[in-house]
Formats: sequence, C-alpha cells, structure tokens
Amino acid sequence: MASSIVEKFYSMEYGPAPEDASEVTKWLDAHKRSFGHYIDGAWTKVGSASFETRNPATGEVIAKIATADAGDVDRAVKAARAALPGWQALTGHQRARYLYAFARQVQKHSRKLAVLETIDNGKSIRESRDIDIPLVARHFYHHAGWAQLMDEEFPGYVPVGVVGQIIPWNFPLLMFAWKVAPALAAGNTVVIKPAEFTPMSAIALAEIAHEIGLPKGVLNVVNGDGKTGAAIVEHANIDKIAFTGSTEVGRIIRKATAKTTKKLSLELGGKSPFIVFDDADLDSAVEGLVDGIWFNQGQVCCAGSRLLVQERVAEKLYDKIRVRMETLRVGSPLDKAIDIGAIVDQVQYDRIKSLVEIGVQEGATCWQPDISMPEKGLFLKPTLLTGVSPASTVAQEEIFGPVLVAMTFRTPAEAVELANNTTYGLAACVWSENINVALDVAAQVKAGVVWVNGTNLFDAACGFGGYRESGYGREGGKEGMYEYLEPAWLHSELKAKAVTSLPEPEGKQHGDDDGVVEGFGIDRTVKQYIGGKQARPDSGYSYPVYGASGNMVGEAPLGNRKDIRNAVEAARAAAKWGKNTAHGRAQVLYFIAENLVQRRVELTAKLTEFVGPEQAAIEVDYGVERCFAYAAWCDKYEGSVHNPPFRMVTLAMKEAIGTVGILCPDDAPLLGFLSLVLPAIAMGNTVVAVPSERCATLMSDLYQVFDTSDLPGGVVNIVSGKASELGKTLAEHDDIDAIWSFRDEAASAMVKLGSIGNLKQVWTNEGRQIDWFDPAQAEGRYFLRHSTQVKNIWVPYGE
Amino acid sequence: MAVKDELLKKAEESAVAAPSGHDIEGHVPVTLHGRTLSPNRRMRLELDWVEEVRVNTSAVERRAATIGTRRSVKKDWQAAWLLRAIACMDLTTLSGDDSAERVKRLCAKARRPLQDHLVKALGIEELHLTTGAVCVYHAFVETAVKALEGSGIPVAAVSTGFPAGLSPLAERVEEIKRSVEAGASEIDIVITRAHVFNGEWNALYDEVAAFKEACGPVAHMKAILGTGDLLTLRNVARASWVAMMAGSEFIKTSTGKEAVNATLPVSLVMVRAIREYAERTGMSVGYKPAGGIKTAKQALDWMALMKDELGRPWLEPSLFRYGASSMLGDIERQLEHFVTGRYSATYRHPIA
Repeated sequence: MASSIVEKFYSMEYGPAPEDASEVTKWLDAHKRSFGHYIDGAWTKVGSASFETRNPATGEVIAKIATADAGDVDRAVKAARAALPGWQALTGHQRARYLYAFARQVQKHSRKLAVLETIDNGKSIRESRDIDIPLVARHFYHHAGWAQLMDEEFPGYVPVGVVGQIIPWNFPLLMFAWKVAPALAAGNTVVIKPAEFTPMSAIALAEIAHEIGLPKGVLNVVNGDGKTGAAIVEHANIDKIAFTGSTEVGRIIRKATAKTTKKLSLELGGKSPFIVFDDADLDSAVEGLVDGIWFNQGQVCCAGSRLLVQERVAEKLYDKIRVRMETLRVGSPLDKAIDIGAIVDQVQYDRIKSLVEIGVQEGATCWQPDISMPEKGLFLKPTLLTGVSPASTVAQEEIFGPVLVAMTFRTPAEAVELANNTTYGLAACVWSENINVALDVAAQVKAGVVWVNGTNLFDAACGFGGYRESGYGREGGKEGMYEYLEPAWLHSELKAKAVTSLPEPEGKQHGDDDGVVEGFGIDRTVKQYIGGKQARPDSGYSYPVYGASGNMVGEAPLGNRKDIRNAVEAARAAAKWGKNTAHGRAQVLYFIAENLVQRRVELTAKLTEFVGPEQAAIEVDYGVERCFAYAAWCDKYEGSVHNPPFRMVTLAMKEAIGTVGILCPDDAPLLGFLSLVLPAIAMGNTVVAVPSERCATLMSDLYQVFDTSDLPGGVVNIVSGKASELGKTLAEHDDIDAIWSFRDEAASAMVKLGSIGNLKQVWTNEGRQIDWFDPAQAEGRYFLRHSTQVKNIWVPYGE
Repeated sequence: MAVKDELLKKAEESAVAAPSGHDIEGHVPVTLHGRTLSPNRRMRLELDWVEEVRVNTSAVERRAATIGTRRSVKKDWQAAWLLRAIACMDLTTLSGDDSAERVKRLCAKARRPLQDHLVKALGIEELHLTTGAVCVYHAFVETAVKALEGSGIPVAAVSTGFPAGLSPLAERVEEIKRSVEAGASEIDIVITRAHVFNGEWNALYDEVAAFKEACGPVAHMKAILGTGDLLTLRNVARASWVAMMAGSEFIKTSTGKEAVNATLPVSLVMVRAIREYAERTGMSVGYKPAGGIKTAKQALDWMALMKDELGRPWLEPSLFRYGASSMLGDIERQLEHFVTGRYSATYRHPIA
C-alpha cells in the first residue's frame, strides 16, 4: 500500500470508482434471471419464446425475457380493457394517490433503478442516478397533480381508453414515465412494450406498480421486438398508440393505423442544430455540447448533433471543443467518474462507425481525442467531424452516437436557414449573450423545443415533442395531457354518411331538363381560387353541381393534381401571414364577417338550393358568428409560461403549423368550411381547402368575400373537384404540414395513409358527424389546438 | 503615464531576474495542451480582452453543479488526493484574536499535518508532507518565519489593507514591502473592488502592478478579487483578466471575510480565464480558492475542477492552493477512516 499511495500522489489519476451493483445482482438472482410479462396484475411464466438482454459494457447476459406474441398482447389488451371501467370510476384524487405512490416508490428505490438502468442500457451511472431517476420521479409527481385536477382543468374531456405504448432503448425508465404517467393520470389503461435491448427497468417499474397496489390490468408490460410492437399497433381493441423511436418505424405505425380511429402520437428522430453565435460564452457552449451530443453516448433523439457556429469564432470554438474532448472519460458505465458509457448494442455500434466513415469519405475531417479506452465492450470515442456541408450524409442523417458534425454560418439568417435545412424538427440550441439574437432565432427555428444557452433541459411541466418528421404530439405539461384525452362528444356522434362518388364530368347531356341552370341572368363561371386570384382549372373541365332537389345549380371547376400543386405553392408563398400581428389577423376576420353580412341574401339563396331555406338562413348567420369568434380568439389563444424547477422560464409558444390542407364536409357546406378554415388562418396558418364537392359553386361568393376583406392572396386557396382525389394529392404533398379531413371514414383513412411521406400532422373527425351548429362542438379551443403546435423555448436567466 | 511606464520598465527587469524554468518539484513541467508555459509576468493591459468577456451565469452554474457528480475518487486514490490537498493548503489564521502562540501552533501543524501513525500506515514517509504554506497577518510574519525555519514552508501574508483594501495606496504598497522584509515569500493582496464596479480597468491594472512591483523579484503575489463582493461572474472574469495581465502569480477568490466566499461557479470562471490567458500568452497563473472550503469532499471537487479544466500541473502547490483552516481536520478524519476502517472523531487529531 505504501508506495501505491505515493505513486498516486504524483500521478493524480482518478482510479476506478465503481458503483456497487450487488443489490441489483441479488434482485436478478432472486428472480432466477428470468422475467415474464406483467399482465392483469400477475407475472407470466417464461416459456420457450424468449430472448436475452445483455449488458453492453461487458457483453454479459443479464436475464432471459419472455417474448410476447399476438396472443400475449391480446391478453394484455383484454386485461386493460377489463380494468378500464374500474379505473375510470375512481375520482381524480384516487388516481392521483396511485401516481404519487409511484413517485415515492421510485425515490425509495432510486439506486436500484439507476444501477439496473445502467447495466441494461450502458449509460453512465451518473446520468441514470442524477438525471433519469429524478426526472422519472418528477414526472409521476407532476402527473399525480394532473390526475387530481382533471375535472377542473379538462372539463368536457374523457380518457381515450386503452393505450398501447412502445418506448425506445435510449431512456428506458424515463420514457416509461413519460408514457405511463399521463396515460394513467387521464384515466386510461396501458399496455406498454419496452425496447428489446432494454427491458429491465420497465419490469422493475411493473414491480413497483404491483407494490403500490395499482388495480390489476391498469398497467400491463409485455416484452419483445418489433413483432410484439406490431401486435400492439395492429390490435383492434386499442384506442391510442403512443410511440417514441425512429422516424422509420413511426412511418410504419402511421401506415398500419391509417384505417383505424386509433389516436396517435409520435416522438421520432432528430438532427437538432446547436447554434453558436460569436457573442456566446464559448466555454459554456462547449459544456452544452458535452451535455448535448456526449450525453447518453449521443443516443438522444434531441441531441445537439449539428453544430452551426458563426465563422468568426469557429476555429476558436473547435479548439475549445477538442481540448474538452480530451478530458472526457470513456469507460465502465458503473464507474462514478466516467462521462461516456457503452453503446447499447452491436447493431448501433456498427451503424455509427459506418456513418463516420461515410462522413470522412464525403470530405469531413474526423477528430478524436487521444484518451484511454476500455479494451472490450461497445465503447466509442467522442468524435468531431468538421468541414461538413449541408449536403453531407452526416449532416442530414441522424447518427445517434457520440458524433458531432460542424458547419459554419455568417449571419443569423444563414444560421436559421441551415438550422431548418432538415426534415426533422425536434430541438435546437441557441447560444448568444444577446437576448435579441437568441429569441429571434429561437422563434424562427422549426423545432418543438428550443434551449437558449442550454441543452437537454427537461421537465414534466414543459411539453416535449417535434415539428416535421420528428413526429407529433407533446409529452409533459398540459399540452401532453391532451394526447390522452378526447372531447366527450366525439365518440357519441354518429358516423358520417359515406360519400358516393360524383358523376363523371360533363356526364350530363346538354338539353337535359335538369342540366339547365336557372336563375341568374349572366353566366357566372366558378373558378379555383389560388394565390388570391381566380384561376381556371388545369384540367379544363367543369362538373355540374346539383341542388337538393336534383336540379343543376351550376358548374364547378374540376380540380386536379396541378391545381393542388399551384395552390400549395401559393399557400407556402403567403407564409408572411403568420408573421402578422394577431390583432392584424383579427381585423381581417372581422372584415370577412362584415362582407358575409353584405352578401347574406345572395348566399342564403344559394345555400337554400343545397340545404333548404331553414338551414340556409342560420348557416350564414352562424358563419358570421364564427368569424367573430375566431377574430376574437386571434389574440387570446395564447401561450403559457412554464415554471420548471430551475432558475429559468419556459415559454410555451403556440405557433402556426404552416400550410394546412383541409377537406371540408358536405353537411354544412358553408359553415363547415368556415369552421375549419377560420381557426387555421386565425392562428397564422395558410390553407389549401377542398370544399364540399356537392356544393362547390358556393365558393364563387366566398372567394369574392375573401377578396374584398383584405385577406392577402394565398392565405386561403380553394380547389374544387373530387375530394377523394384532391385529398389524396394534398395528403401526400411533402410541403403540406398538416392535413385535416372532416368527411367520411374513407377520407380519414385516406389522408392518414397519404401522410406518411413527410409525417405531416393528421386531424380528422374519424368519420364522425360534427354538429356544426353547436359551438360547443364546432368552435373554440379544440379547433385552435389543432391549428397550432407548441414550441417550448427555455430561457435561463441570472447574472 | 510616466508612472505606468516606469512600472513597465521595472517589471521587464524583474522578469529577467525571475527563474526561467518552471518545473515543479522536478516532476511536472508546466504545460497546457502540450505547450510549455512560462511563469506569469506583467504584460500590457489589453482592454479588448477584458471587454470581450462572456460569461453565462446559468450555464456556468449548471456545469459547476456536475463537477462534483461527474468525478469520484475512491480508496487509495482518494487517500492520495487528500494528501495532495494538504500539500496545496495555505493553512490560515486570520482572526482578530490571533496571537503569537496561536500562530506557532499553526506552524507546528503545518510542519506535521498528519500524525505519525497515519503517515506510517499510509506509507508516505518519503513525502515529508507539509502544507503548502502558512497564511497570517503581517503582524505574525516574523513569528511564523521563525516557527517554520528549516521546513521549507513559505509564509504568506495577507496585505494591502486586508480585507477591504481601502487604506491609502502608499500605505498598502508599504505594507507589502514590510511583509517581504519580514520574511514573507508570498503576499496575498486585495484589490479595490470599486475599480471593478466602475470599469476602471486602467486603475485596477496600475494598482495590482504596483503591488506586484512592491513584492520584489522573489515574493509571489496572489491577487484576491473579493468575488463575494463583485457579485457577478462577469465582473469576476474581468477582474481576473486584469489581475493576470498586471502580473499576479495567483488569482484568488476571496478574503474569507465576505458573505459568500469560494464557490465552484466562481472558480470555474476564474479557472477558464487562467486557461485562456495561458493559451493567449503562454504564461501560467495559479489559482487559490479561499473561504468556505471545509470538507474533504469539497477538496476533491476543487481538484477535479483543476485537473479537468487545466490539467495535472495545476495540482501542484506552485499553481494551486486552498485557503483553508478547518478543512485539514476533516481530511485527517477521512484519512484515519481510510487507514482504520472506523469513522474518526475531531478530538483524535491535534488542532492547529
């Protein structure tokens, strides 16, 4: 011992500092290292269908885990369904007690859970101990609160029902909490599947559920790979799927659920920009990268993996990054003094390595520190790729490893352009000591979470989730709770009548009695309304429009793909609308109301042809009122300020989604149209609307109203024609950010299926009828919520 | 201007006189990122460097919060690290009721910080471990020098109107000279905090340069910034830069008399300044956190900070000191626990 301490006195190395794993080993052994599913409050036996989960740092097998087949999943869903009435019969307070107990139990067993997580996943014990576990407990506490406040805060909303949840391997514990806590708080029951690389901590949490006496069937945990996941996704008796994972699998799930009414939330991949301005605290920005791309071995969906640095300070920052990388310690995840642990699996390890190779082949300069590495296990050195261009594979593809790619920019505008030059939109970091620059850029970046002078900050009170192909839905906060709730009236409404297809264009012969347009003296040609101009349909065809009594009331333009293309381009070009003040948008909406009133007689007369005089009279009046309602909402549907338990505020900004495609209903051709288009534009979106195809001649009056109401060209574009064809083109269009369908079930399924290309947001009536004359259903926050997406901007303060 | 020029000229002369090599105990050459550094000497005041300072307080606090949680040293390593903390300790007494006997006791403890049975059990006889220095008021410099005779332990004197630093400049300069004459080889000066609040960087620079000049060619100077008074981390960083450019061998957090003394966020900011200064100038500056560091665990946290942010050379007493008094007692208890496996008690260790 003598010389040993003297030698260490001079060398001043850290030495090993292993966390004691013996309690977890005992727990594993007590279970004979074999775990079944947790279904209906009981553990199933492990049969022949099973897999092994390994410690990625050592390669050792941790335990044998049962694989759930479709039968197991079905039993779990049945248990969840059976538990639903009892669980929902509880008061919010009673459910809150269970969630509170969950939180307490997590804290009581914090070290066991942390060690288990680290062994299974390979992440450092510091992270599982200091980051994951506290966030897990906090998530249960926070949602105990939502359970308690359900009646007060969500009147008129009911739980979705049985929820199927599929979570990834990078944060097994935390994702379990993020999924289960809000679902249970809202009154749903759950079937959850952890990732096959990391099943252990969910099993431990199921034990906790059992310990706190959670009623059987409320939480069911099944294990397995993608096949088990597919069985959940495809199960007919599940009401909602919540998924966190890759964008690729997100697409598969969207497709698989397209023909169902399953509610869906997706939290997918990212390639998040980490923007550093020349006036940033560069040393702190470097630590931001350590907490960003070298957090959890870079296996973080919101990792700041794309460094964008202002040219003037680029070399200086790179130098600082390289210096810092030399002091990162890679090693046994159970060591309390390491920064970077093991990559979760060989598959990921190989993928990261090959992507780095591709980056180098494409011209990037690869730099890795000269640091000591463990001799075996799935360890990777932190890596910096400089000289990367936006066209490089490594600048576009999510690497999901400890690899930072760096690019430079010259101006804030270029920073924003580069930041948004991605199909993803999960998170972003902005580093600047100038609050004007930081907030301006934060507002322009397309991302669900923006951290100003920080990175990877999380809290249960602040919603998390992406824009674009990073998915939709939010987790955390009030916005997250809505993912597990639905308006109470939605399920009680009747299904909309299936829409039969239109007659072929010009199918009627001239001279037929019912083909003669009556009434107006001079021929009025109804056109498409694109970019604020009346445009002839590209097809050159029109189709006859018939009134309720079967008489032809006019002809409408028959739109095709190219009309949709032109309309989307016009809508995209009108994006400035969203930058107008809310007050300015309200003025326009009021003006629309004014002009509707002026044309009341004419509109009522036209509507009467389709819906009869009684409905026609009130439909116009309701339309006027709806204009007023959304003009009122423009500057009142506001964001909120979250208070995470740190010295900072989180601004939950309600932002427009972008360009929205809307398929309008037939039953209230004017009011339905206005009820959907108005909230969208009130919140700053631009719209391509496909009106009721049976009543499309109405549009000529409507676009004249728009024209005379100072609505800028391109904000609302109207393309008439076969809703089924136009809707498909719209749903598939990659420059449309959201697609809404309020027609029949077939239309709902069609737009869901069409949406998978860019994973645009989908909102439908699930083929249900909406009473457009009941403002409780057809107006207000429910519509506004779907017209916006929440961007959480984290702003730390303090001097 | 004339005064400044004269100071500059003198500083150049003294720099020539300073030893050129910068090895520490013959073990560790002072390098940063592979570059060999020379000891700090006064340079021209670069106001740009002061103005360019960017410190994001929240981000610094977040980083500082993980210094102690990202690193952990156990067993033999922990024992070795705690011994090093002793070697880097300015064992300090700065009380109104200090007396010659009290200072002699302190010096005896500095010579023999650990009891023989611990030294033997640890097998560290060959280290001849002592504290880094003894730090006292000017009045006790002679007492301390005498008490430490032959030990090689330097005596540090707090000076320049410590702790407020508000006596007339001439007196403060004179105070340094008297302490040096009395045998102090290290002088801990305090700056005029108002210069920082008012952004009077030239005045601050001239003051610190004058103090350094008064230290002469041999005595090392530690500049106490009074970080608890400066309040903002940006002020701390700016004051650090000026103190370094004015020729301080060390920059030091506090007097121990402010409401808040050494903290990890403040230390992180000062240490980053030292690093960037070295990168820019090729010169090394030492760091001394003082006040509020009372436990062995804190001692380890600060060493992890020095090692990770600056590297191994900054774990030598020539570049790193703790200003502490009660910390030694806690380290003794931890070391005894390491040796015996039993938790120790305060009264089992001789007090300073």
